[in-house]
Amino acid sequence: MGILLTQTILIKHNYISMTILAFDWGLVIEKLILIAIVVFGSLGIALYTTFGERKVAAILQDRPGPNRAGPFGLLQPLADGIKLIMKEEIIPTAANKWLFILGPALAMTASLMTCAVIPWGSDIELFGRKIALQIADINIGILYVFAVVSMGVYGIMIGGWASNNKFSLMSSLRAASQAISYELAMGLALIALLMTTGSLSLKTIVEQQIQGNWWNIVYQPLGFLLFFIAALAECNRTPFDLPEAENELNFGYHQEYSSMKLGFYLFAEYINMIMSSAIMASMYFGGYDLPFFDESTVAPNIAAMIGVGTLLIKIVLFVFLFMWIRWTIPRFRYDQLMNLGWKTMIPLALFNLLITGALILANV
Amino acid sequence: MQPLTNKAQAVSRDPMTFWERLYLINIIKGMFITFSHMFKKQPTTRYPEEKRAFSPVFRGLHVLNRDEEGRERCTACGLCAVACPAEAITMEAAERETGEEHLYREEKYAAKYEINMLRCIFCGLCEEACPKDAIYLSETFAPANYTRKGFIYGKPDLLIPNPMTEASDLALARGVEA
Repeated sequence: MGILLTQTILIKHNYISMTILAFDWGLVIEKLILIAIVVFGSLGIALYTTFGERKVAAILQDRPGPNRAGPFGLLQPLADGIKLIMKEEIIPTAANKWLFILGPALAMTASLMTCAVIPWGSDIELFGRKIALQIADINIGILYVFAVVSMGVYGIMIGGWASNNKFSLMSSLRAASQAISYELAMGLALIALLMTTGSLSLKTIVEQQIQGNWWNIVYQPLGFLLFFIAALAECNRTPFDLPEAENELNFGYHQEYSSMKLGFYLFAEYINMIMSSAIMASMYFGGYDLPFFDESTVAPNIAAMIGVGTLLIKIVLFVFLFMWIRWTIPRFRYDQLMNLGWKTMIPLALFNLLITGALILANV
Repeated sequence: MQPLTNKAQAVSRDPMTFWERLYLINIIKGMFITFSHMFKKQPTTRYPEEKRAFSPVFRGLHVLNRDEEGRERCTACGLCAVACPAEAITMEAAERETGEEHLYREEKYAAKYEINMLRCIFCGLCEEACPKDAIYLSETFAPANYTRKGFIYGKPDLLIPNPMTEASDLALARGVEA
């Protein structure tokens, strides 16, 4: 018995050392660089999304918007960031200190983690290596996105509860129930898409759209509409921004927050917006596919760069749509929100599922 | 009731149709309205670079006038101080010495003339009270200051540039104020 155990341990030890030796360290470096680029890139884009939000709001309201810091006000987000960092950190005495700090950290982490499965472009070749412009092509990509997105609501929940403020608590309750209600419709809308693609991997879904004739939006228009509305709700954007309803909840779950912790919450919202835009672009609008352009006619690296640019343009357009909606539509009442979620979106999603299933069965 | 204008519209109490209950069409209509505002002219005046002209009857910061030869018109009679409802004006009179005829128009002049811009309500009664056309309200307003003391304007702040010696300054001041 004892000999057998030692043998097993030896074998295991051997196995581990062999795998370490055989490990492709280039992959680690390549992925780390990619993670750094994606994380800091999305932080930078989020920084400028706040600027974009203010500019779009201003232009839609016939105002010039921020134009004092730097040319066209382009340094405004930096000034905002410096201001947030320099502000005094206030933790209320009655707040639960650890949870109070954990809340924004979790919100930020959850929103940044989404970017791990988004395919930013086709493979590039550098130093004789084939590098995929995707942090992890896992075969359950969309499932992972859903898991992470639903973690985001914990950040809001914990932050709202730990503030020990009734308004914050109310707001976090709203956020949680809203997220749960709309995640259902979102998931059901997505299942119809997955039935047509037959894969959960975002990379595969994008490649199918590139090889196929049409983007998925053509096959799933209703599904996209439902997904888009649910995405608005998941990002807590107008008309679903009840968790931060200024007129009744003062500021919602981040009311007690100050300094960069508040900044994290606000940032997380913008990163969520960018990530959900990227996911919608990948799933319904061909991801990094530039329409009417044959990627095989140019060098693979250039094609990949064109792909990245295309995806970024699609993201920007979606983010603009988010903002455009925000500065047009007023906020829902809470019962209207719940009615829309449970009595309209879910039946419609189920209907969409049924139609999709019937069409697949009929082999159209 | 008889409507007073022809703008009155009866509110439709009909139950909403299916398309109205969808809201999507109306939302898209609304979004096109906001989109059209992207191309509208902005009424904003970009302040420090661009200034909105005040109306000619605007009552702003005071100036102490000089005559054509550059002599101060004020004789320190004190009528402005008496007329002032906010009691913002103080002055000290002095007698003109020989050899100062090119500085002061009459035998008596204001050695000290102060207006507290924090007290002043810019009513223009001093302008009306002045028998010598010495004080006028211009079309600018008192700029911000760090201290209360900074708002007490003395003669150097109030007097207009001398038309004889500082003609270009005067033209500049007129151009900015007009």
